[in-house]
Amino acid sequence: MTAFILKRLGIGLATLVLASIVVFAVMEILPGDPAQLMLGFNATEDALQALRNEMGLNDPVLWRYFAWVGGMLIGDFGNSYTYSSPVIELIGERAIVSLPLAVISLILSTLIAIPVGMFAAARRGSVADTSVMGVTQLGVAIPNFWFALLLIYLFAVWLRLVPAGGFPGWSGGIWPGVRSLLLPAVALALPQAAILARVTRSAMLEVLGEDYIRTARAKGMPRRVVLWRHALRNALIPVLTIMGLQFAFLLAGTIIIENVFYLPGLGRLVFQAITQRDLIVVEGVVMLLVASVVIVNLAVDLTYALVDPRLRARA
Amino acid sequence: MSLLEIENLKLSIGDTPILKDIDLTLETGEVMGLVGESGSGKSMTALTVMQLLPHAAKASGRVTFDGIDILAAPEDAMNRLRGDDIGMVFQEPMTALNPVKTIGEQVAEGIRWHTGASRANAEARARAILDRVGLPERQFPLTRYPHELSGGQRQRVVIAIACALKPKLLIADEPTTALDVVLQAQILELLRDLVQEDRMGLLLISHDLAVVTDMADRVTIMRHGEVMETGETARTLSQQKHPYTRQLAEASVHVPDRRTKAGTDAEPLLQVTGAEKDYPIRRTSLFGPPRHFRAVDGVSFSLAPGQSKALVGRSGCGKSTLARMILALDHPTGGSIRFDGTELTGRTEAELKPSRRNMQVVFQDPYGSFNPRHKVERLVAEPLHLLEPQPSPADRRDRVAQALVDVGMSPADMDKYPHEFSGGQRQRLSIARAVITRPRLIVADEPVSALDVSIRAQILDLFADLNQRLGVAYLFITHDLTVARAITDQVLVMHEGRIVEEGDTNRVFDNPRSDAARALVEAAPDLERAIARRLAAAQ
Amino acid sequence: MSMEAPPPENTPEHWLRLALRNRSFLTGLLITALIAAMALISYAWTPYDVTDLIVADRMKTMSAEHIFGTDHFGRDIFSMIMVGARNSIAVAIVAVGVGMGIGVPLGCWAAARGGFVDEALMRFNDLVFAFPALLSAVMITAVFGPGAINAIIAIGIFNVPVFARVARAGALALWPREYVLAARAAGKGKVLITLEHILPNIASMLLVQGTIQFALGIIAEAALSYLGLGAQPPMPSWGRMLFDAQTRMMVAPHLAIFPGLAIVITVLGLNLLGDGLRDVLDPRLRRER
Repeated sequence: MTAFILKRLGIGLATLVLASIVVFAVMEILPGDPAQLMLGFNATEDALQALRNEMGLNDPVLWRYFAWVGGMLIGDFGNSYTYSSPVIELIGERAIVSLPLAVISLILSTLIAIPVGMFAAARRGSVADTSVMGVTQLGVAIPNFWFALLLIYLFAVWLRLVPAGGFPGWSGGIWPGVRSLLLPAVALALPQAAILARVTRSAMLEVLGEDYIRTARAKGMPRRVVLWRHALRNALIPVLTIMGLQFAFLLAGTIIIENVFYLPGLGRLVFQAITQRDLIVVEGVVMLLVASVVIVNLAVDLTYALVDPRLRARA
Repeated sequence: MSLLEIENLKLSIGDTPILKDIDLTLETGEVMGLVGESGSGKSMTALTVMQLLPHAAKASGRVTFDGIDILAAPEDAMNRLRGDDIGMVFQEPMTALNPVKTIGEQVAEGIRWHTGASRANAEARARAILDRVGLPERQFPLTRYPHELSGGQRQRVVIAIACALKPKLLIADEPTTALDVVLQAQILELLRDLVQEDRMGLLLISHDLAVVTDMADRVTIMRHGEVMETGETARTLSQQKHPYTRQLAEASVHVPDRRTKAGTDAEPLLQVTGAEKDYPIRRTSLFGPPRHFRAVDGVSFSLAPGQSKALVGRSGCGKSTLARMILALDHPTGGSIRFDGTELTGRTEAELKPSRRNMQVVFQDPYGSFNPRHKVERLVAEPLHLLEPQPSPADRRDRVAQALVDVGMSPADMDKYPHEFSGGQRQRLSIARAVITRPRLIVADEPVSALDVSIRAQILDLFADLNQRLGVAYLFITHDLTVARAITDQVLVMHEGRIVEEGDTNRVFDNPRSDAARALVEAAPDLERAIARRLAAAQ
Repeated sequence: MSMEAPPPENTPEHWLRLALRNRSFLTGLLITALIAAMALISYAWTPYDVTDLIVADRMKTMSAEHIFGTDHFGRDIFSMIMVGARNSIAVAIVAVGVGMGIGVPLGCWAAARGGFVDEALMRFNDLVFAFPALLSAVMITAVFGPGAINAIIAIGIFNVPVFARVARAGALALWPREYVLAARAAGKGKVLITLEHILPNIASMLLVQGTIQFALGIIAEAALSYLGLGAQPPMPSWGRMLFDAQTRMMVAPHLAIFPGLAIVITVLGLNLLGDGLRDVLDPRLRRER
């Protein structure tokens, strides 16, 4: 068990180190001079040179890499070129939008998908199964940003139930904030839920064909009971894998969904920072997102071990 | 009234008829053996009694258990019967238990479900039955998971689940087919004792006539979904009135006609000296030294040209690993393997080519041995890759045709796909592939264990015939002593990676000296002896 | 005994028969063929020229002249969807090609070699999967500038580990098979065995994965175009049309409906095709109904 955890930790760490090298390298070849960006095109060469020295842009590459990584480790992500405030502050301001958005949509998607998938598997071949699978087939095909547009049209433009975009902040209480995150969360969650429901169904069907399900039935327990007691936990393993992968999709989805709804979140921040060549912000946010993907996948690996005693034993 | 009465049972899946007018009765405390080859419908008969048939199956006729009409019983009523009055043991112990639940949970579950006992009470009863099936608390606490148990131990858990509530009827569908002979003997003995203690009826399904003869009071012999003959075991099998019964019995003890070849003093064809193979074991601690499992441990033997030698042993004894090393598919950790005067270990593929030409292989599984996407010509011709220069296309076809004729098939078969052939025919095709380069040695790894007895007899004849005609030597890996006796002159008995006994096949099996060989011989089912014992007991 | 498993049947006629009976395969094939045909026809003919800006006709709703209406420049939306299909399909096809072309050899190599090569490939997969795909696509297009080619590279890179993983898993399952052992006993090397025995038997898995990645590629291309990082105006693209529609949705909702439907129908068709192919090609995976 400890060896299993240590190995997964090691892999996660290695992935992070590799990722930091890739991010740093990409930023290195990205065209654009931060000093010029900050001082404008009328700046003198002397002023530019001075600022470059001050920002450490003239230091050797390796030195800058380690300074960057070392800074991140103690929470210093540097200062944004365009906002002239510390990156960590920007991230903090934006995370209070993106984090609730991601969490709400993850919960929403899981709560919808797993019961629906189980329901369909339990009634395999019935009209209910066929229609549920038809709907999920459609759901998988819908791009989330188009779905978001439809939701805006239906609920914001037509029914006027929720705002069409923007974010009022949390200072006015929880409800106004949550209200403006509802549509984005649904837009993110439903296409993911469609995928997850299909995975749940096929994982359940796979497990229901196993020998030990027959053994359980031979004990005299009805199908329904066997489904809950024996099939679900085994089917959870592939479902968890997909959920882990989906988390990365979800994060990527926030980039586009936050753009659709004009939400001041991390996705929008990184998108704007890229177009403005605000490298230090891009590096910081990307590493943060990559780290959260790695951490979530680590958590998924550890959950496997809880679900599956065979993994626990692989000490 | 009998415990179980089956009358005129018909079963079809979709449009395919599976069972035709099955009649069968079983009394309380009686052991009924249900025997047949693949596709005879014996498993489907059992699943009908349990009402655990596939969705598309339709049954008609009458099945009565303990006065209850099973075919008409609603699902609720069946749930009350299953696991309580009828228990079932399945063939494949490795997959029959839920991997994420402890054995305690899985045994106690049925007890709680049927009796409404408290958790503690059910666990106490689960403990008692696990003790009874030979899994004592000290080594096998209730908190063990299935993956921590071996195949034989898992089968004991499955038996515990089936017998926990002392059912009136126990159905065992090939309960020992996936186990080696020594485990088979132990599990059969356990079943026999449990049935006697609780006066259960036992429906024992098996393809193995010897096993059934040893266990059953009466036998029912099935073929193609029909009952061929039914009757008291000793009489049915000693008189062999029905032609199919006779055919089965004869095939089970078939010995091909062949001249035995005494050990010659010629240069050995294969010389294995001190062969070793280690496999790394997953480390228990991150900083501990890497650990190894020694699968083959200092094995030495030699094989003369044209000789037929058996390599027997329990499952996991290292015999297949040894075979793979001889075939140069696996690198030995130590020792030397010389074939036809050439050292095989540490050679590159190119250097091995001349040796490979003279050494071919036949595997167990006639379905897994062929790439399903290629035609027979290409499949059988595969070893021609070893020839230099490469034969012309016409020459290739000639050689394939000759190889097909050698194994009793027609040259026209070369344009077909492997799925167009039956299991026995496919095994002929794999033999054709093995003989096409006219090798001097064929290593055969359990080549007949997946085949029905009648097919097995034919394939053994073919092996014997090729040995005589082409002078090819065999290393025959098998767990089945009957097969070893039928086809080999010499035997090697392997146990925990070592050769523990060797000599003339008949002498070793008639008079085993090592413990391992004795255990194998005592456990091995033997039809003739079983019939003799039955007759003696009847008098 | 347990050897009764029905053998897979692999003759072309058998596949054809199965395919013609499979409803989702047929529906998927029909939809995919229609979209592809639309894209091809657009090279020769569209109802209107998509570069013609007729401001007088701007934002008309559906009518006999413009069956899907017109956009804010007066361009015919149906014609734009036809031309946009080209772009979507081209980007997705090449991205899948890149993924297969690099990923499959990598996966097969890792499975055949094992050890260090295998471990390195798995770590590379971990690395790529750690980057949310769209985020990196945004980064890549930011580095190299927006455009269809860079969208292809960005999407293609993420297909590499997907195909490598599928190929590796499939190949690993085949290497211990007895027919592969027999081929080794016949002296065949790893490359030859991979070509003769491994690839043909994982081809169906790869084909199914290909249709899935194709569908994902269509969505990803639309997302990049929506963010302004895909095909650049005046080349019409479905994602760009949705972006243009967003601010005008209150007055002209049809602007958003049709390009979106085009994406959904294309992706749906490909997914149905993939499901159908899986059922037809791989009897082991065929779901009982």
